Amino acid sequence: MNKENFSFVGKSLDRVDAEIKAEGRALYGDDLDFPGMLYAAAVRSPRPRIRIKSIDDSAARKVEGYAGLVSYKDVRGINKWPVVLNDYPFLPQDEARFHGETVALVAASSRRAAKKAASLVKINFEELPFIEDPLKALEKDSVKIYGKDNVISSFIIKKGDAEKAFKDCDIVIEKEFRTNYQVHAYLETQTATAVPESGGEMTVYSSTQCPFYVLDAVAAACGLPNNKVKIIQSVTGGGFGGKEDVPALVAAHAALCALKFKRPVRLAYDRKEDFMSMSKRHPSWSRVKYGADKNGRIKACKVKYVLDAGAYSTLSPIVLWRGTVHAAGPYNIENIEIETYAAATNKVPCGAYRGFGQPQICFAQESLIDDLAEKLAMDPIDLRMKNMLKTGDRTATGQKIDDSCGLKELAEIVRKKSGWDKSKVQTNGDKRRALGFSCVYYGVGLGAKGRYLDRAGAFVNIYRDGSVQVNVGNTEMGQGALTVLSQIAAETLNAPMKNIKLSEVDTSKVPDSGPTVASRTTLMSGNAIIEACLPLRENIFSCAASMLKAGKNQIKAFGGFFYFGKRKVSFEEAVKECWAQRLKMSEQGWYVAPKTTFDIKDGQGDAYVIYSYSADIADVEVDIKTGEKTVHKIYAAYDVGRLINPKLAYAQAHGGILQGMGWAIMENLVIKDGIMRNPNFTDYVLPISTDVPEYDISFVEKLYKHGPYKAKGMGEVPLIGVAAAIRNAVKKACGVSLTEAPMLAEKTLKAVKEKK
Amino acid sequence: MKKFHLCCTVNGEKIEKEIDSSLRLIDFIRDDLNLKGTKEGCGEGECGACMVLLDGKAVNSCLMMAVQIHKKNLVTIEGIHKHKYGRELKDSFVKEAAVQCGFCTPGFIIAAQEILAKNPKASLDEIKEGLTGNLCRCTGYENIFKAVDKARKK
Ligand code: FES
Ligand code: FES
Repeated sequence: MNKENFSFVGKSLDRVDAEIKAEGRALYGDDLDFPGMLYAAAVRSPRPRIRIKSIDDSAARKVEGYAGLVSYKDVRGINKWPVVLNDYPFLPQDEARFHGETVALVAASSRRAAKKAASLVKINFEELPFIEDPLKALEKDSVKIYGKDNVISSFIIKKGDAEKAFKDCDIVIEKEFRTNYQVHAYLETQTATAVPESGGEMTVYSSTQCPFYVLDAVAAACGLPNNKVKIIQSVTGGGFGGKEDVPALVAAHAALCALKFKRPVRLAYDRKEDFMSMSKRHPSWSRVKYGADKNGRIKACKVKYVLDAGAYSTLSPIVLWRGTVHAAGPYNIENIEIETYAAATNKVPCGAYRGFGQPQICFAQESLIDDLAEKLAMDPIDLRMKNMLKTGDRTATGQKIDDSCGLKELAEIVRKKSGWDKSKVQTNGDKRRALGFSCVYYGVGLGAKGRYLDRAGAFVNIYRDGSVQVNVGNTEMGQGALTVLSQIAAETLNAPMKNIKLSEVDTSKVPDSGPTVASRTTLMSGNAIIEACLPLRENIFSCAASMLKAGKNQIKAFGGFFYFGKRKVSFEEAVKECWAQRLKMSEQGWYVAPKTTFDIKDGQGDAYVIYSYSADIADVEVDIKTGEKTVHKIYAAYDVGRLINPKLAYAQAHGGILQGMGWAIMENLVIKDGIMRNPNFTDYVLPISTDVPEYDISFVEKLYKHGPYKAKGMGEVPLIGVAAAIRNAVKKACGVSLTEAPMLAEKTLKAVKEKK
Repeated sequence: MKKFHLCCTVNGEKIEKEIDSSLRLIDFIRDDLNLKGTKEGCGEGECGACMVLLDGKAVNSCLMMAVQIHKKNLVTIEGIHKHKYGRELKDSFVKEAAVQCGFCTPGFIIAAQEILAKNPKASLDEIKEGLTGNLCRCTGYENIFKAVDKARKK
């Protein structure tokens, strides 16, 4: 696959941070100690919606080591956390809008004392009417908790004339679907430590995907200019979107405490409060309709899609937007009508989770496509093949698909590998086993809705001994960014891998590079690194050539050495010569994503710079006596452009698939009467070692000309289609068309019984 | 606060300390001994990030009191390399890409050490069964199984 002769790119190198993590030496947020440090704990709202009358800490004051209370009165800047719509106060003044919302903080000399004190703080409140159901929230006569209609955000896409086209269709199918929350369950809970510095400055160590969001929030809460705030990312124990926006709130709370008590303050969440108050994947409701002619050509698609946003808007507008753009599926359909809403409810605010509003609607539309195939008496893959996006086709937003599109090949690969064409439902006692398919396209990067943030910086400094420091503004959260970006730097400079050092982000060392989300890091920071490296490469290659007494174009560079005939010089020797000649050995890089557009009136435009693709086949066994499912195997194929590090790409795929499977069949967060009922790993069941399916993964590298070494984006793609593939396998196996995720055993059993 | 005079062995070293008798074992390890490799992922015995070896048995240190290790032999991730399989496990976790965010990794290595020490011939199913007390949200577990299997064969 990899014809070009690279030294580091495309190689399955070990992660640069694996050893230190495996030895237990990596320092995560809660592992850092500072002299005189206090511990903070949150005082949380006990009910879904309250008017705060007063906060009384007289009982807490008796706790040994108690430092004091921090409330909205202690916010020095503006009491609005800057995210997208800025409606979430750092600390509420009169109304708290969900169970578990931080109303105030206490600090004390130990963790235990802080927890104790927090439990003794009394909130005097009056209960207010609240809303739990997002569909009810959208009704005319509902209680209004957000604006005049409880709508946080709404989009439409209109292409052609769907209503008219449905009339000409031979077959029309329409169904409603629901999906529940998903909890990120990153193993490291939210943690921040704020350290007041001399001169009124503030440094915050934060477990985060997005240090620049944290910077904005801490500066806003403390009323400090950005250059007096420094955010240093601590080694981050998982993110998956859950450390996109909310770490900024946690960090701002820690900073407000540090500001008040003039001491370093640690705020580390326990698992329960992390469950209760931090972001989640949005629950969704949707109604999807497809119309086709009798040959299986899909003529029209209509979607209504509602996300349950929770009490504050946070990232809902952009999560909804991604869902909107992808709602019709990866098909070439002429007539499309999509209408989407993010509705406010008095529950924990939902935000980013791997897939960002796409998995929910993908579950719905990829399920319905399968049901459409059944109605047409067609093979589900054949039906999709007929309609699938290929180079030159146009998406729902009218964007033309360029030549980096391998979707058909992906479908063919999994079809062949799984033995799809010969496969039949296998019966074994009460067990029924079958295959199910789904396919996905995924717009890489922030797209038109986030285009103002879609740029990234890098700083590359080469020391005299040939070691290289690279600073970027995107983060390592477990996905492998440090390694992949080091490979890109090493390749561009022809420097040995071991010479490259990339560190966790420090906002004082690199310009705002936007968030580490949307599978954009390899693309954005990778390109910024290349831009910084190119002039340095020029200098190093010139010096190497002159040392080898050769022309610049005559030398060969490989693996950290330069060759001409039998002579060779090392990267380090060439760097030394550059320094001797007083050449510039440090550079800044800045990469801006190509232009994207989205017309708010009809949703038409070039929504994303490029798309990644996936196709999944799930091999699932259902016990029709219990409804229990066993996912035996997932066949997945991806087109994410060039693989910078295949080993890490496979590993990332495994994790994404298992998260998708967890969401599909087991993870079930319960909120009843506005109160979360199972905020722990005992009752919110995650996939464990014995649940793991066999992974059969393939890649097709459709190169993207603007990508770093022609890579696209990888992080989210593996999760998105898994649930629908499992659902379609269950349908094939036992003939039930499920419309809800998670597909819990009891519900499947009920459906099987009803069918009989 | 009730005090307790604790004597134990930690990573091969004899330790004597006056401790608060209501101290959790994980806090003793992380705060008093300053061994930060043992992680707290849930505090409720569900994730295994806090696993340590107590007389060779993998236990969740968040569920135990420090006094319970009196006169016992404690091994944390920082001391695992001194044991058969310890170094092999570390190396194979790196090589097999079994580490992503790494927060679960120390607990997995401790659990794997117990599995292999008890049964050097552990089958893949036995490895999976032995790791049911550890959660990993990043890796999808597959490479962890491979890493344990490989460490066994070294
Ligand atoms: S922290 Fe002990 S089991 Fe999770
Ligand atoms: S590597 Fe992140 S939880 Fe296991």
